[in-house]
Amino acid sequence: MTLSLLFYIVSTLTIGSALLVVLNRNAVYSAVLLVFTFFNLSILYLLLEAYFLAVLEILIYAGAIMVLFLFVIMLLNVGRERVLPKMMSFQRAVSLFLLVIFFIGVSLFTIQGVQDLHQPAGSVSIGNVTAIGEALFSKYLFPFEIASILLLVALIGTVYLAKRKI
Amino acid sequence: MVVPLEHVIILSGLLFSIGVMGVLFRRNAIIIFMSIELMLNAVNLALVGFSRYHNNVDGQVFVFLVMTLAAAEVSVGLAIIVALFRNRQTVNINEMNLMKN
Repeated sequence: MTLSLLFYIVSTLTIGSALLVVLNRNAVYSAVLLVFTFFNLSILYLLLEAYFLAVLEILIYAGAIMVLFLFVIMLLNVGRERVLPKMMSFQRAVSLFLLVIFFIGVSLFTIQGVQDLHQPAGSVSIGNVTAIGEALFSKYLFPFEIASILLLVALIGTVYLAKRKI
Repeated sequence: MVVPLEHVIILSGLLFSIGVMGVLFRRNAIIIFMSIELMLNAVNLALVGFSRYHNNVDGQVFVFLVMTLAAAEVSVGLAIIVALFRNRQTVNINEMNLMKN
């Protein structure tokens, strides 16, 4: 009971901070609020018993990716937008409308579809490092290696893009 | 599970919609990147929810791979933004029309 209450509180915080990320004018505030969103998501992972992913979320997103974002924001000195974009042109109204339709569609589909699912009986512990490591190094060994090649390609691409003349 | 699966999926859908809204409404390339990160995280949340529901570890391995992809994507994307800023002195995507004329 307490845990489900915690889930709802944290999900409210997540939605609120995500909205603030999108609607904020100052890019640095957006980045910090995004870190807050990631921390909240990490708590949600903990509540869903994905302990390893909760740690990874903080390590990779809040630790590595957001530092990169903040570096670039401060490097480019694009702190505050001078003009707030006009919020309600025709295009924006239409896109907002389509977005609401998309959300309602997704919700209805999942609510209907989840009723057809059946939860397997018994509880296996799946969120710990052992279970994920076993799956990663046996069943998903090939995707794991491909991921390492992807990281290598990204590294080479970044070094190339960072050259003085491009 | 602590909450019904529907609630996790609806939260994930809301987060994804907020990310799409950021991509559609904002003109700052860096904020658009942050919105893409939000969308990836929404998908991760849905995967973790389903994985917990089915007692199956596959979804969490997927989340692991998505995180790898996000790290690669951010490093390359931010390098592109920095290169664009060097050339055009702006990160406003309305002024990036190199291929238009």
